[in-house]
Amino acid sequence: MGASPPDAGVLPGVEDAVALGLTRAEYDLICDKLGRAPNQVELAMFSLLWSEHCAYKHSKKLLRTLPTEGRHVLMGPGENAGAVDVGGGLACAFKVESHNHPSAVEPFQGAATGVGGILRDIFAIGARPVAVLDSLRFGDPETSERARYLLDRAVAGIGHYGNSIGVPTIGGEVYFEPPYEQNCLVNAMALGLGGKDRLMTSAAAGVGNVLVLFGASTGRDGIGGASVLASAELGEADEDKRPTVQVGDPFAEKKLMECSLELLDRGLIVSLQDLGAAGLTSSASEMASKGEVGIDLDVARVPLREAGMEPFEIMVSESQERMLCVCEPGRLDEVLAVCSTWEVHGTAIGEITASGHMRVFDGDRLVGDMPVAALVDDCPLYDLAPERPAAPLYPAGPPVLAPEVGPAEALLALLRSPNIASRLPLFRQYDWLVQSRTVRRPEEADAAVLLLPDGSALGVSIDGNGRRVAADPYRGTVEVVLECAANLACVGAEPLGVTNNLNFGNPEKPPIAWQLTEAVRGLGDAVRALETAVVGGNVSLYNEGAAGPIYPTPVIGMVGRLPDARRAGRLGFARPGDAVAIAGEFHPSLGASELHKLCGAPLPDGLPGVDVGAVRSAIEAVRDAVRDGALTSCHDIAEGGLLVAVAECCLAGGIGATLDLGPSEEPMARLFGEGPGGFVVSGPRAALDALAARVPLDLFGEVGGDALSVTIAGRSLSLPLAELRAAHAELARLFP
Amino acid sequence: MRAGVVRFPGSCDDVDAVLAARLVGEAELLWHADPDLHDVDAVIVPGGFSYGDYLRVGAIARFAPVMESVIAFAREGGLVLGICNGFQVLCEAGLLPGALLPNDHLRFRCAQADLEVVNADTAFTRACEPGQRLSIPIKHTTGRYYAPEADLEQMESSGQVVLRYAPGANPNGSLRDIAGVCNPEGNVFGLMPHPEHAVDELTGGSADGLRIFASMAEAVDGRVAA
Repeated sequence: MGASPPDAGVLPGVEDAVALGLTRAEYDLICDKLGRAPNQVELAMFSLLWSEHCAYKHSKKLLRTLPTEGRHVLMGPGENAGAVDVGGGLACAFKVESHNHPSAVEPFQGAATGVGGILRDIFAIGARPVAVLDSLRFGDPETSERARYLLDRAVAGIGHYGNSIGVPTIGGEVYFEPPYEQNCLVNAMALGLGGKDRLMTSAAAGVGNVLVLFGASTGRDGIGGASVLASAELGEADEDKRPTVQVGDPFAEKKLMECSLELLDRGLIVSLQDLGAAGLTSSASEMASKGEVGIDLDVARVPLREAGMEPFEIMVSESQERMLCVCEPGRLDEVLAVCSTWEVHGTAIGEITASGHMRVFDGDRLVGDMPVAALVDDCPLYDLAPERPAAPLYPAGPPVLAPEVGPAEALLALLRSPNIASRLPLFRQYDWLVQSRTVRRPEEADAAVLLLPDGSALGVSIDGNGRRVAADPYRGTVEVVLECAANLACVGAEPLGVTNNLNFGNPEKPPIAWQLTEAVRGLGDAVRALETAVVGGNVSLYNEGAAGPIYPTPVIGMVGRLPDARRAGRLGFARPGDAVAIAGEFHPSLGASELHKLCGAPLPDGLPGVDVGAVRSAIEAVRDAVRDGALTSCHDIAEGGLLVAVAECCLAGGIGATLDLGPSEEPMARLFGEGPGGFVVSGPRAALDALAARVPLDLFGEVGGDALSVTIAGRSLSLPLAELRAAHAELARLFP
Repeated sequence: MRAGVVRFPGSCDDVDAVLAARLVGEAELLWHADPDLHDVDAVIVPGGFSYGDYLRVGAIARFAPVMESVIAFAREGGLVLGICNGFQVLCEAGLLPGALLPNDHLRFRCAQADLEVVNADTAFTRACEPGQRLSIPIKHTTGRYYAPEADLEQMESSGQVVLRYAPGANPNGSLRDIAGVCNPEGNVFGLMPHPEHAVDELTGGSADGLRIFASMAEAVDGRVAA
C-alpha cells in the first residue's frame, strides 16, 4: 500500500467512498487491487463501475442461470443489445431497459432519455432502430395526482423523443397499482434491423488504434446517476437529485444515429459503443475489457459544455447523445469527415494500448491509472439471502365494487378501470407509423406487427403483471412469458428471442431477494419450455420508497416472426355469423384478478399451477390457424378474464356478439377469472372445428348485432356496444 | 417524374417520401447544405423536425442553402410539395399563405384522418374527384392552420383550399377544417396529413395518398410531353 497514486492531491478516504455508494469492504478491495489508495478520479470511476447498475453485483449470479442460446440467436447478453436471425440476411437487435428512478424524479426527461438510451444501444450494434415499445407503471390515477402527473409527463417524454427522431412507438402496456405510487416504472424497449453479417461489437481492438468521441459535448449533467440514483432507494430529498437526471436532445441523437450508421455502412470503424450510465468511464472501460486491451484517454481533448470541469467530472458525466468508436489511424480523417457532415463534433480522445490499464490523462498529466480487469471484472458479486415473507408485503387496496356485484356492472367497471380501459389516449400521442412498416397498429392486435422486406413480418410483445407476480413470483413470471408468446401467436408469430427488465425492490432485503430468485427461476423455466432464449436484458433494483417496495415486476419483451405479413392476425370480431369460441386449456380463477382488485380482495398466497406443455400446445395450434388465415380474429384472455376479452373483440371490430355459456357453478369466475392459456377466437364454424382437432375448444357464441349479450347459469345480460365503448374510453379523461 | 426529397438534419419521413415517389417515378434525396437541386422535376419537403425545430417550427429550415434553390424553383413554376414539417417550412419561407399553430389540444396526435378533396383541379389532386374522401394519417403537434379571415375568404374563392378534414374530423382546430393549401399559382402545395404513409393498405391504412404522387407525376409528365 506504499505506492502513491498519480496526481495524488488531497486523497479521498473511505468515508468519501461510502458517500459514493461503495461499502467499506469494497473500498478496501479497491486499495488492494491498486496496491494503494485510489485518487479522486479513480474512486469516482470505481464507485460507478462497482455500482449495482453497472456491475449487477446482486443479480449476476441469478442471471447466469437463464437460457441464452438458441437456434435463432446471433448475439446474446453482454453486448449493447441482443440480436436474432429474422431471415433474408437480416438481424433484429432488441433490448428493454429501465429509466425508473430518473422518471420518478423528473418524468418528462427521465422517460425521454430512457428512450434515447435504448435507441443508442440498438444502433451501437449496427442496426437501424425501427420501433419502440414501452412498459409503464404508476400509482392509482383515480386517487393520486402524482400518478396522473407522472403518467402525463412520461407519455409526453416518450413521444417527444421517439416522434422527433423518426422511430415509431408501436406498442406497449401501462398498469396502475398503489405500490408504484412513489416509484413509478418506465421501461422502454427498442428494436432495430441490420445486416446480420455486419453486427458491430463494442470490443476495442487493435493496439495503436484511435478512440473517437462523437456527439454532444460533455457537461455536468447526470453526474452520479448510476450510483446515486439507480442503485439506491428513493427518498424524500429526491428533488435534490434532479441535477442527476439528464436532459435529452432527440435532434442530437438523430444526427448521432445517422452518423453512426454511416460510419458502419462505410466500414470506417472497428468497434462502437454508446455512452450511457456512467458515461465515458463505463463505455471506455467496457470496450477495453471486452477487447482485452488498455486505453489511454485524455480528458483535456473532450469537447466540454462548460469551462472548468474537473477530470473526474468529465469521466463520470452522463451527458446524453454521445458515442465512442475505435478506428484505425489511417481512417481517422474519414471518420472525422463523416462526423462533420452530421455536425456531431468528432474528436480523437485516446488510443488503444497493450497495457491492460485504463489510464486517464489531463493533457500531459496522468490523473488516473487502473487495471481494466479491476474496474470491470473484479467487483465482488453478492449472494442473495432469499427468504419467503412470513406476512403479506402488500396491503389490500380499498374496494370500489361490492363483492356481490352482478356481471353487467362488473364488466362495465372493469372496462372503465385504468388497467383495462383503452390505451388509445396514450398511443395517439406517439407516432406509430413512421418508416412505413407498421402492419398492425396499437389495439388492432395482441402484438405489434412490423413488415420485413421479404413480405414476412416481426411480431413484438411486451408484458408484465406485477400483481400476479407479487402473489406468486415463480408462477406469475411463468405466466408473463406465456402471455407474451400467446400475444405473438394471436398475430401468427413464433418466438425468436426474449429480452427482460427485472424491476424489483431492494435485493439486500430477504423477501425481495426471494421474489427476485423465484422470478428468475420462473423466467428461465418458461423460456426453456418455449424453446426460445434470453438474448439480453436489464436489472433495476432498489425500486422502493418509504411506503415499501414496488410489486416485483419482471417485464418481458418477446420478438417473433410470421411468414406472411398479410395474414397477421387481428383481435376484433369482423364478420356477422362467425362462430366464437375459447381455444386452449383455460382454467380461470378470481385470485389476483382485476375483479378481485376492484372488490378490495387481498392478494392470494400463490397462484394455481400451470400446465406449461398444454399452454404451449394451444399457442402453437392457434398460431398455425392464424398463419393459415383460417380465423377472423384471435385474442389472448388476460386482465379481466373471458368477458373483458370478448368485449375487447367487439369494440375493436365495432360489432356485437351473443354468447351462451350454459350452466356454471361459479359464473363470476368463469366470466372474470384469470389464468394463462385461453384465447377468444372467431371464424367460420368449419375453421373452428378444424382447430378443435388440435386444442380443447369451447364453442359458445356467434358474432353479430350491436350489443354484447350473454347467457350463463340461466341468467342473461345484454349491453349495447355504445355503453361498452363509453366505459372503455375512460382514460381519455386523463388527457383532456 | 424525377422527384427530389429534401433531407434536413432532423427530417424523419424523408425516406418514406422517396419510397412513395418511386411508386410513380424516380426519386432521390437532396442534402440541406447543397443548393444544387440536381435537375429534379419536382421537390418534396418532407415531415420531421428540421434542425430539431426547437425554435418555431420550420423557422430555421427556410434558411438552409437548399431552400434558396427550392424557393427560386417554386418562383419559376416548379412543383413543390410540403408535407407536415415541409408544409410548415413552406409557410415560413413565404411560398404558402398562412401559418401552422400548435394543435388546440396542445398534444401530439397520431391518427388516421378522413379528408375531403375541395379542389381536384390542381397539379397535386388531379387524380382525385372533387368532394372525394381520402383516408390519410396525420401525426403532428403543430398543425392548426391559421390565416387572417380576409385571406381565408380570398383563398376559398380562388381554389387555394385544396384539402379539408371531413366534417367532425378536424384533429387540431384548423380554421375552416383546412388540411392542405396551395399558392395562387397552384404549383406549391402543403398539407399536414402524410400521403407518403398511405401508399399501401398493409401499412398505411389505405393507399389514398398515392393519388397525390400520381397527380404530380401526371402534371410533370404531361408538361414534359407537351
